[in-house]
Amino acid sequence: MDLLEYKGKQVLARHGVAQPAGGEAASADEAVAVAEKIGYPVVVKAQVKIGGRGKAGGIKLATSAGEAREHATSILGMDIRGHTVHVLWIEQASEIASEYYAAVVFDRSAKAPLVMLSTHGGMDIEQVAEQHPDALATLHVDPLVGFQPYQARRLAYEAGVDADVVRPVCRMLATLYDVFVGEDATLVEINPLVITPAREVMALDAKVTLDDNAMFRHPDNAGLDDSSDADPQEAMAKERGLTYVKLDGDIGIFGNGAGLVMSTLDVVAHAGGAPANFLDAGGGAKAEAIAASVDVILSNPHVKAVLFNVFGGITRCDEVARGIIDAYGILKPTVPFVVRLDGTNDVEARKLLADADLPQVYAEATMDGAAARVVELARQHDAGTA
Amino acid sequence: MSILVGADTRLVVSGLTGREGSYHALNNRRYGTDVVAGVTPGKGGQDVEGIPVFNTFREAVAATESNTAMVFVPPPFAADSILEAQDAGIATIIAITEGIPAHDELRVFNVLKHKSGVRLVGPNCPGVLSPGKANVGIIPASFFKPGNVGVVSRSGTLTYQIGNELAQSGFGNSSIVGIGGDPVPGSSFVDIIALFEDDPETELIVMSGEIGGSAEEEAAQYIAEHVSKPVVGYVAGLTAPPGKTMGHAGAIVSGSSGGGRAKIDALEAVGVRVGRTPTQVAQIAVEILRG
Repeated sequence: MDLLEYKGKQVLARHGVAQPAGGEAASADEAVAVAEKIGYPVVVKAQVKIGGRGKAGGIKLATSAGEAREHATSILGMDIRGHTVHVLWIEQASEIASEYYAAVVFDRSAKAPLVMLSTHGGMDIEQVAEQHPDALATLHVDPLVGFQPYQARRLAYEAGVDADVVRPVCRMLATLYDVFVGEDATLVEINPLVITPAREVMALDAKVTLDDNAMFRHPDNAGLDDSSDADPQEAMAKERGLTYVKLDGDIGIFGNGAGLVMSTLDVVAHAGGAPANFLDAGGGAKAEAIAASVDVILSNPHVKAVLFNVFGGITRCDEVARGIIDAYGILKPTVPFVVRLDGTNDVEARKLLADADLPQVYAEATMDGAAARVVELARQHDAGTA
Repeated sequence: MSILVGADTRLVVSGLTGREGSYHALNNRRYGTDVVAGVTPGKGGQDVEGIPVFNTFREAVAATESNTAMVFVPPPFAADSILEAQDAGIATIIAITEGIPAHDELRVFNVLKHKSGVRLVGPNCPGVLSPGKANVGIIPASFFKPGNVGVVSRSGTLTYQIGNELAQSGFGNSSIVGIGGDPVPGSSFVDIIALFEDDPETELIVMSGEIGGSAEEEAAQYIAEHVSKPVVGYVAGLTAPPGKTMGHAGAIVSGSSGGGRAKIDALEAVGVRVGRTPTQVAQIAVEILRG
């Protein structure tokens, strides 16, 4: 779960991480109200789960109510690289002496948390790694031992942190590590970590990713999910317990098992088509879940044809067939379906479909054949000949 | 010979009394796997169709000399079950459970790496099948037959797809190992490929990978230095957009790492032929085996 900046800051606040005062706003009026309460100057910040907000004009300084209103109005509703701004974070503007960078990352290659610190904050960390590699201090933590004070000091001295803020920066790193472990985060990134002229250490931004698999032990964090900038189909699918990712194309995809579905996307692309979505119905899905999946796929208006590619292990092909037949009856699709079913109860499944004799539903015997067929059907749809 | 599971497997199942656990354990037993015990705290003394249930792994091992564990308990309890199995002296632990917190997996991995004589496969994996000998997990064994192709994969159903195509061309498998789709798997491609390299029954290795992480790149390096048997590869997820998790917790392209193209390049650079579709993978394997 990627958190919006202000939600990430809420999590950090629970652990005592210093940050500027601020408030959320979903309208220009609210923005001004918050700004008045905080006192000018304030920064009006777009809240979206993607970077590059500043460059897109989504972060602006306001020195008066008029400016706050103006910026709030222009930023709300803005599209930042595919994400729409629905919420703003109005924050007290900070005086900045230095911008550092600090992060705790889940390094899966090393199978250990990686702590990173640099005095070159405020820019893309990949740029820092490229342009100032010596400026980025990193080390791995043994998860069984935890983050030790000597490790924080090592990072601080290696990074060249100003001598008078070594101690508070070390405390900040330790706190970020506590957040990382305590909240089951897979990323805690503060960029910039600001040193003020008064020599305070503050988190000006926060990028926090929480592990969805750990939510069962963080009931408080479940409410931090913000789908306001999410795609409606993805939200719909999530509600129904389906794994669905929207893509740019026009061929709907249904499969069982993430690897097989990813492979199906690739095979369709290889055949010259453009997948409209990833959808993994999981193992052992029943007819009802299948029908729900079809509903989600078809709710995307760009879909011109749908490919069902199933190799049933625990998943029973006859359940899939029943689900498709049920969905067909309820939804009355206007686009063709290509169905390829292999595995458990496949013979029975094919018979069920054949007997149902649904118009524009075509059975294919192989994965490659099914991909080629659905690509062709989508093309015909374009040409108006399907 | 096959690897990891076979005629010598004596299986204890944590979660045997659960719906999923019992269904698959009994399937495994029907296939011929020696399922000797179950572990469910509080249900010691019961049995599931004649398989005795114990309160702890220690008791189960003492009573039945089990050497392999299948962990089929829900995510909040799975990491603990894995550690308990190791502590009881189980040598091979196969964790089927999907949804274990990443930090738990991290801890389990780091604990186990300091212990000798234990191997973890998974979590979030379909298990291990040695056709004709034993099946531990949820791989649908009826689609596979014994043979000389070793398969190691991050995906379940994609493995069945590839394996089935091989079977249709007349080739069987020594063992099929699902290493799972999580970011911190107990066994990597490298670990399993090493076992296949040493297995007299395996003549060709198929590795099926996907986007996210660097396991395929690490495998490529290992293959270049240590593997003499032919390897055919596959990488799923070329079409996946970056930043989006594609089903498996570990299948995500983050920034510049984990991309499919880089994995294919790394494998091809060391002489591994990579099929562009699952069908092509089987075709390449068949070509090599017949040639």
